[in-house]
Amino acid sequence: MSLDAKIPQGPLAEKWSKHKFNLKLVNPANKRKYDVIIVGTGLAGASAAASLAELGYNVKSFCFQDSPRRAHSIAAQGGINAAKNYQNDGDSVYRLFYDTIKGGDYRAREGNVYRLAEVSVNIIDQCVAQGVPFAREYGGLLDNRSFGGSQVSRTFYARGQTGQQLLLGAYSALNRQIHAGKVKMYTRTEMLDVVVVDGHAKGIVTRNMLTGAIETHAGHAVLLCTGGYSNVFYLSTNAIGSNVTAAWRAHKRGAFFGNPCYTQIHPTCIPVSGDHQSKLTLMSESLRNDGRVWAPKTAAIAEQLRKGTLKADQVKEDDRDYFLERKYPAFGNLVPRDVASRNAKEMVEDGRGVGTSGFAVFLDFADAIKRLGEDTVKAKYGNLFDMYIQITDENPYKQPMRIYPAVHYTMGGLWVDYNLSTNVPGLYALGECNFSDHGANRLGASALMQGLSDGYFVIPYTLGDYLATIGPKKVDTSHPAFEQTKKDVIEHVNKLLALNGTKTAEAYHRDLGHIMWEYCGMARTEEGLKKAKGLIQALKADFWKNAKVVGENEEVNASLERAGRVADFIELGELMVDDALMRRESCGGHFRVESQTEGGEAKRDDENFAFVAAWEFKGENQPEELHKEQLVFESVHLTQRNYA
Amino acid sequence: MSNGNMNLTLKVWRQKNAQTAGKFVTYKAESISPDMSFLEMLDVVNESLTLKGDEPIHFDHDCREGICGMCSLYINGHPHGPKRAVTTCQLHMRSFKDGETITIEPWRATAFPIVKDLAVDRSAFDRIQQAGGYVSVNTGVSTDGNAIPIPKVIADEAFNSATCIGCGACVAACKNASAMLFVSAKITQLGLLPQGQPERYRRVQTMVAQMDEEGFGSCTNTGACEAECPKEIKLTNIARMNNDFFSAKLFREESIHEEQHGGA
Amino acid sequence: MSEFKQTFNSSLGKKLIMALTGLFLCTFIIVHVGGNLLLFSNDNGFGFNVYANFLTHFPPIEVVAYILYLSILVHALYALILTVKNRKARPVGYAVQAKSDASWSSKNMGLLGSILFLFIVIHMGDFWFKYKYTNEVAFKEYRTDLATGQTTESAYTPASADFSHSVSVENNVEIVRVKDLHARVAHTFGNIWYVLIYVIAMGALSFHLLHGFQSAFRTLGWVHRKYTPIVYAIGTWFFAVIIPLAFAAMPVYYFFCVR
Repeated sequence: MSLDAKIPQGPLAEKWSKHKFNLKLVNPANKRKYDVIIVGTGLAGASAAASLAELGYNVKSFCFQDSPRRAHSIAAQGGINAAKNYQNDGDSVYRLFYDTIKGGDYRAREGNVYRLAEVSVNIIDQCVAQGVPFAREYGGLLDNRSFGGSQVSRTFYARGQTGQQLLLGAYSALNRQIHAGKVKMYTRTEMLDVVVVDGHAKGIVTRNMLTGAIETHAGHAVLLCTGGYSNVFYLSTNAIGSNVTAAWRAHKRGAFFGNPCYTQIHPTCIPVSGDHQSKLTLMSESLRNDGRVWAPKTAAIAEQLRKGTLKADQVKEDDRDYFLERKYPAFGNLVPRDVASRNAKEMVEDGRGVGTSGFAVFLDFADAIKRLGEDTVKAKYGNLFDMYIQITDENPYKQPMRIYPAVHYTMGGLWVDYNLSTNVPGLYALGECNFSDHGANRLGASALMQGLSDGYFVIPYTLGDYLATIGPKKVDTSHPAFEQTKKDVIEHVNKLLALNGTKTAEAYHRDLGHIMWEYCGMARTEEGLKKAKGLIQALKADFWKNAKVVGENEEVNASLERAGRVADFIELGELMVDDALMRRESCGGHFRVESQTEGGEAKRDDENFAFVAAWEFKGENQPEELHKEQLVFESVHLTQRNYA
Repeated sequence: MSNGNMNLTLKVWRQKNAQTAGKFVTYKAESISPDMSFLEMLDVVNESLTLKGDEPIHFDHDCREGICGMCSLYINGHPHGPKRAVTTCQLHMRSFKDGETITIEPWRATAFPIVKDLAVDRSAFDRIQQAGGYVSVNTGVSTDGNAIPIPKVIADEAFNSATCIGCGACVAACKNASAMLFVSAKITQLGLLPQGQPERYRRVQTMVAQMDEEGFGSCTNTGACEAECPKEIKLTNIARMNNDFFSAKLFREESIHEEQHGGA
Repeated sequence: MSEFKQTFNSSLGKKLIMALTGLFLCTFIIVHVGGNLLLFSNDNGFGFNVYANFLTHFPPIEVVAYILYLSILVHALYALILTVKNRKARPVGYAVQAKSDASWSSKNMGLLGSILFLFIVIHMGDFWFKYKYTNEVAFKEYRTDLATGQTTESAYTPASADFSHSVSVENNVEIVRVKDLHARVAHTFGNIWYVLIYVIAMGALSFHLLHGFQSAFRTLGWVHRKYTPIVYAIGTWFFAVIIPLAFAAMPVYYFFCVR
């Protein structure tokens, strides 16, 4: 099977416009004859559902939460990039493209990334028109701030709740279409499988989380907008409910999984406080605009800080190591996330970690408060500080914050071509669910950009081309593939319900998380990964023997839901380890200890690894097959990233 | 799993579904750490219930960072517990005393039927938003984002209303189970911004009509909602809504009347 | 359903009716307390009786009076409708109710209103009904010497049953014959139970207006960063303190000082 990314020919800046022109259109009168299934109501899903319904398609939208407004995009804090150049500081579409592809450590497609930068400006216009209350200056114009990995101010924001405001904007557009009858909304409904008919995705199987009813839904195309899989690490900044099940079941039905090992570890999270922890909380990266990251110069001072005999603000200036500013003078505290995270990890390994656990470094606002005043700092970051106080019971206005990296985003995901189509025709993946635009590392404020770009401005064009090709012939659930897939799902559910061992699914999840974080986290070694593979396989076998699931299918059953998700995470974990093991280079969020520069920075191997790894499922407990999509760089020159 | 030293007694409302009757069941929560969030404490209880083969206590939750609005719980007589301006998921056990008895109830309102145990159905909120909580623009707007300057104070004020997370604490807190704080927050956000002006007086009518249909109570301006709102949405939103509603109904010629009853 | 009907049947419309009738009643009590201050003038009820006579016989005031009675009834009726509706919105209550930030009065408007309604029935039965529809209130004649300004009074028994009032001047002496409501007031306020009922009712009035006055402004949507504090101050000091105190002082004064 060959992988065709379908990147249009021609100069970079003209690819998207030319492609849009070449895509087939669906006659307006015919649009209402098409049904489109969209799973997930985050930025990508809600924006796609609204936009496609506006065009006239019949949309069925699904989410597992009680309301589409609760999708985890809502928790994004910092902001959204757009190449508006309102600040006259030298920004341009090309610069946003360049920053993003460089930030991704040259493991993304030029064509995709350029398109993303190109439509970024439309996203802002669209959101403003919807009534998204972006931050403004006194003159009434939109305000910007700078974000990690960039030297221009191009990030638009709504206090520390940008994701919330953008999602509520998309949710409102979705609501309008629900009201108009163009979108049928299914809440508290979990997708459990994709139905493939003659090689094309034609529907899904879902479980009604209130009644347990297993149902089939047919459509001309299926769009998965189901987010990322950071929760494979158990502890992450994702919502408890965020899961890989939809994407994983699609993978098992033939969709390739792209670059599964690319995970982003976000540097500024609140450190773990104990075993009871169910999730981690991110503090927006924007904090690094004014906060200074440091660790004590010596392990001895760190020891005193850990014991509590010394307070952070009592550490003398000379005894502090502002390690990011020292090592990367040009970018300072604003280096990309992977770099900042890895450096924090090094400090901890060097015995210079702080906090009771020792797994933390400081993020200090003392200078910012001195320079700007407490009120200004409060206006900028007040809600983040409040959140920190609430969780840690410490006051960051007085003592520096303690931060430590945590898994935050997965660049990997279902493999898609330029049209966002997976290799299964009719099956699309949008937003974090796909692998596309961020390469091996995502720059701050670009996840929101990608989700909305896919949903508002890409899929409405590219989906039309596919639909025009297959024609408006009615699809329904009468094909035997629907009944068969439904049977498979019921069998799977029953298998889970039959588990009556001694350990909860949550406990297995926690174990999986420990394995992943230890061996497939911020630094990965061949030896560790091999060990992890064995551990995960053993965990999987143990899960299917000793896990305990209570209750029945025909009721609200969180125990069953969790078990199904954990089972899929375990399988995904193994594939991530395989991918990490295969990729014997360091790039972005994937740091192979065997591949580093003398200075300890990630060292890419462009000769052998400038490709997208797309994995094909070959059957239960069979090794997956690797397909390579070679990355072609026509416009940018590949250099080792250097933020010094 | 636990590693703390707090021991608590929980009185939890258990109810299989909306059709069956519910009751309070008492549980012990032992070795609870003060650093746990309230939901993590319930996780601990649930883990032991599951291992005993009992059904875990069902509650809605997702992001656990206070923004998705999915968590609820009426804890010791307060929606989202005793602390101001925090959601249940951000409420930590250090806010309670060792040995304390904690009563946990679901949101109580006709418009929020119980799904199971502590989880309720808040889809009424979605339907109210669907009735008009938007600006009617299709994707593909070409007006530049900076084409209409918006005074900072207006943008900030709109933002303050827009921070509503739709959790329903206002309804739970109100003695009349009124949803007016929730409804007025969206009306105010869009009513303040220039983008929301064309539909301002339609929106308030359609949203209020839907709110009434859902069976929420009326506002008596007690301010309990404002006091319990985890996002500190202000009571002034309701006044703004009232003002827009009466302007729309009494002084404007446009009406939603025909379309509601004539049908389109 | 007509558009107005639809408006006033909505939850907000019902609140609008509550607010408008409530504010109208607020303006009424200003007039009422102002007139009743005549009870404190030491003129054997001359001023008060003339005032009471004026209120009951000046046609425009009579029209306003009927609007007033209607307002009271509508205010009470809508309160009842809203309360029933609000109860329906939460049929199952909470097991634990913590102390909330909401004021006591705001949470007990129904109770306070019921006390007031009961009081109004007693109050009107005592004075307004007896004054207007019975012969229980006797007549009085006030003779004022226009040269000296001195007033003397005496009982008066009208010749015909239809007699209501008269004003005439004879020999530079003005003769005013009116119903002696003042005597009725003095009599009633001599009864400790009545005094207690009045004082309790005025307590209820105070709390009712403490919340009600500013709440009406909120319901109407008249909220402004600069003016709302003024509304609060008026609602608190004028309507919830001064007016109820002035009213309550009347029975207390008559009970202790006049008898």
